[in-house]
Amino acid sequence: MSISPIMDKVLAKLQRTDIPVLTPGDNVRVHVKIKEGDKERLQAFEGTVIAINNGPQGTFTVRKVSFGHGVERIFPRNSKVLDKVEVLRSGKVRRAKLFYLRDLKGKAARLREAE
Amino acid sequence: MASVNGILGKKVGMTQLFDDRGDVRPVTVLQAGPCVITQKKSAAKDGYDAVQIGLVEFVKGKNVSKPMQGHFAKHNLPPVKFMKEVSIISETAKSAAEGHEDVAVKVGDKVLVDIFQDERFVDVSGTSKGRGFAGVVRRHHFQGGPAAHGHMFQVQGSIGASSFPSRVFPNQRMSGHMGDAAVTVRNLKIRGIDVEENLLFVEGAVPGHKGAYVVITRAKQPPRERRGFAGSTTIDPLKAAKKAAAGKAKK
Repeated sequence: MSISPIMDKVLAKLQRTDIPVLTPGDNVRVHVKIKEGDKERLQAFEGTVIAINNGPQGTFTVRKVSFGHGVERIFPRNSKVLDKVEVLRSGKVRRAKLFYLRDLKGKAARLREAE
Repeated sequence: MASVNGILGKKVGMTQLFDDRGDVRPVTVLQAGPCVITQKKSAAKDGYDAVQIGLVEFVKGKNVSKPMQGHFAKHNLPPVKFMKEVSIISETAKSAAEGHEDVAVKVGDKVLVDIFQDERFVDVSGTSKGRGFAGVVRRHHFQGGPAAHGHMFQVQGSIGASSFPSRVFPNQRMSGHMGDAAVTVRNLKIRGIDVEENLLFVEGAVPGHKGAYVVITRAKQPPRERRGFAGSTTIDPLKAAKKAAAGKAKK
């Protein structure tokens, strides 16, 4: 897709550089800014990156199992809501989208750590 | 200072921006200006007050018609391809309110995107994308027929009764040419202004293809500020109630 040079400039301004490069299978802790009234606090969302959508407005999907229920959250990479993203460990995976994890639970849903 | 009511521009494309709350907003990027005033119309001479502005871009002088070359040469202006007339904001009312002395706009003045600095909404006019000869399903959102069992798919059913009235009523919706028409989208929220790059970011879609010429004007009838609805003052009604309760307890 060709984008005009003006668009490139606009998008370049929007990019956040402080978010680490993520790969599918990474175990991440995402610190999300939450506004309550006029106060702001951080909430951590910890899980596995199961999908990454690249491009100027890329997103990444984090999945975790909370009290037996799978929860997935899609974060725009340039979102203002993200305070910081920590990569805790990276799993060894052989595909780009780990949607098969949705059908697995417990021990089967673990990923072997990448060397 | 008297101010011009609009600016000419080009549609660059669409993208997403994050607002203050962190929500994603669909945004159209418009290249707005720089424009130059090419002619002034006055009530005395033409019967109304307006200015003719042209979008300054890379246009070769030889590609402009001879009469237009003369028009530009009169005031030593750069050749422009896209010109439109826009109104002038009433000088007396505005200058009186701001306490400025009345400085009239003159031919050769630049019109930049900063005219929208204090505005919240704009109207954008352009020419919509041409769709050619379109059927009724596409053109008028008819439902179309069943998809299988020997049916026709995207056809119109009846277009009226028989012996009475023995004619088709005017304005019966039928297939025909669609798009490539003048369209104005009103009250697009301004999501950002880039004065250096002459860019204007408006929320929502704008008629036409990328690179299409558009006329951007101040919103003719901006939406009224809503008062007293939940969320206008308090952010969280639950919290507000709690606060009120706490305040009472203190007293």
